[in-house]
Amino acid sequence: MKYVDEFRDRAKAAVLIREIEALVATIERPGGRPLHIMEVCGGHTHSIFRYGIEGMLPEAIELIHGPGCPVCVLPMGRVDDCISIAERPEVIFTTFGDAMRVPGSKKSLIQAKADGADVRMVYSPMDALALARKNPDREVVFFGLGFETTMPSTALTVLQAEAEEAHNFTVFCNHITIVPTIKAILDSPDLTLDGFLGPGHVSMVIGTAPYAFIADYYKKPMVVAGFEPLDILHSIWMVLKQIKEGRAEIENQYARIVPDEGNAAALRALSRVYELREFFEWRGLGSIDHSGVKLRDDYARFDAERKFAIPGVKIADPKACQCGEVLKGVIKPWQCKVFGSACTPETPLGALMVSSEGACAAHYQYGGVKHYVAAE
Amino acid sequence: MNLAPIMEGQSIRVGRRLGQVHVRAVTLAHGGGGKAMKDLIDDVFVSAFDNAALAPLEDQARFDLADLARHGDRLAFTTDSFVVDPLFFPGGDIGTLAICGTVNDLAVGGAIPLYLSCAAIIEEGVTLELLRRVAGSMAGAAREAEVAIVTGDTKVVTKGACDKLFLTTTGIGVIPAGRHLGVDRARPGDVVLVNGLLGDHGAAILCARGDMALETPIESDCAPLSGLIEALLAAAPGVRFIRDATRGGVATVLNEIADASGVGIEIDEAATPLRDEVKGFCEILGLDPLYLANEGKIVVVAPAEEARAALAALRAHRYGGGACVIGKITDGEAGRVTMRTVFGGRRIVDMLVGEQLPRIC
Repeated sequence: MKYVDEFRDRAKAAVLIREIEALVATIERPGGRPLHIMEVCGGHTHSIFRYGIEGMLPEAIELIHGPGCPVCVLPMGRVDDCISIAERPEVIFTTFGDAMRVPGSKKSLIQAKADGADVRMVYSPMDALALARKNPDREVVFFGLGFETTMPSTALTVLQAEAEEAHNFTVFCNHITIVPTIKAILDSPDLTLDGFLGPGHVSMVIGTAPYAFIADYYKKPMVVAGFEPLDILHSIWMVLKQIKEGRAEIENQYARIVPDEGNAAALRALSRVYELREFFEWRGLGSIDHSGVKLRDDYARFDAERKFAIPGVKIADPKACQCGEVLKGVIKPWQCKVFGSACTPETPLGALMVSSEGACAAHYQYGGVKHYVAAE
Repeated sequence: MNLAPIMEGQSIRVGRRLGQVHVRAVTLAHGGGGKAMKDLIDDVFVSAFDNAALAPLEDQARFDLADLARHGDRLAFTTDSFVVDPLFFPGGDIGTLAICGTVNDLAVGGAIPLYLSCAAIIEEGVTLELLRRVAGSMAGAAREAEVAIVTGDTKVVTKGACDKLFLTTTGIGVIPAGRHLGVDRARPGDVVLVNGLLGDHGAAILCARGDMALETPIESDCAPLSGLIEALLAAAPGVRFIRDATRGGVATVLNEIADASGVGIEIDEAATPLRDEVKGFCEILGLDPLYLANEGKIVVVAPAEEARAALAALRAHRYGGGACVIGKITDGEAGRVTMRTVFGGRRIVDMLVGEQLPRIC
């Protein structure tokens, strides 16, 4: 397939792997431990497992799978709120596919659907607005979820709903923002990260400037990376190069998609529709200041949180769950006490077992085959 | 194999005047057991299936045991229900699916499919035109697969109690003496083959539902595979195992083989046959084509020395033109399926947990 196969080329991968091996061999590693590079974004985690990239890398590099799976980090209390909205008889509750399985304290959306709630999978918030048009006597609620990648499409849909004077369309806004979360991870005392692969599609919207503090203040290198496997290898090489040369900069490997200044039209829509919440709860990481957004007062009538009474109860993460430590790279998924026993993709306890982008689910599904298979 | 003696009933005209339905849509009256029901069965099913065993409308079809025994020494018996949404999709409909599904479930066991039953649960309000169309598809598929639909049942339920039309087909076939296919018979060194492009049915159905607002030219691969399998087993009698890769896709079948045979399986992503449209569809939605359903594709495990003959036999058949070897049985970790990725890495191909859901971004 054009523009896809080129980025999955086995021969080019072999060349890059050799370059990475040569480069990492010249880097002095603290205490001889492997270099820890965190991919922030769940899309990267998925690609890494999908293509078996971990097994191709030399032992001296360990990838730490970060918090960037919006489905995974949704706390149970918010899922419970979703379900309480979805179970109202007048509501058609619309959601992206993989959010259907996220467990609340009692059930997931899939189970709520089985119990009779009208839950429908959509591919875009615009599909939800179209449903509202088609069903004027029902209340259509869109489950707004995701980082800056999906935020603009929700914002533009709200603006469209305003233009159409839609009376029966609301958004249950659970959009979150990545930058405060990276900061929270960098501030944690047990951290041992040497560099970052920056999120590709988030950066397509926000640009690269918001990450400057990572290099300037925390002195860690970051490379904004594409999602194809060659992109990921190339970006790892770029991070190593910075470490080798003692630099800490924000570099952009994904320039074919990510303009350094971001997408001005999308950013305008974001600031028009949303404002920062004081704090937002993350599964596995706890409450993080300014890490979530909500609809501004001007758009209150499109805000499901204000239209419907929601329980808003905070539910603590299960005690046995060590997602937070996995997220920060302190332990590996399989080192968690409940990995594969109490916590499996069928009955996920923790955030990271929920979506295929979560580190634990990816490990469970695709396994960590640590064989280095040289490409021909 | 010549099926003529058993199939001759098909050419016998139904020896009575068939009832007809003159209203547009089915009502609960058509399930009431009276004349309306008899007319519905005659009009829709008996006239389409047209065979001597069905026509008398006895409560059961009757077979001559000696006739069955001429084909082999064991009966194969299977059943399957069909609830597909939408009923009609590019490349087929619930009728073709109901026949092909059960025919294939018999054939992959090495059986020669012979007789099918068909039970229909119909939601009131469904039009006669729709039912006639589905029955026509069933008759066409049965003709191609050389099976007769010899008994059946019809129920009509109130609106909302089922989704338009559910079908259940049950089939019997006969396994020729000496044929022993089994999921536990794969041995290290064997090769794994498929008979063509994977994932078409699953992708076609997801597109046809319209939820994704994606337009593609992908058609279901729904087909009766008994002829293909007979040709394969004639050319490669040492074949260990065959299974149709329906729900759960090829990945699921491979895991079942690895588990039951206590072997490892390694497949080569670059050798997995996928059409560009299915690849693109999966890229956009974040789905894995190895888990997409097929309705005309089989996974075959053959001993290495028969691989060439098996491949040639599959490729010579109209439903096997795209056949290829996708991997091999290994003495690696028992029950483990691994894939060598196009990129040169390796990963595990596990069973699917639930349904595949499109990823958020």
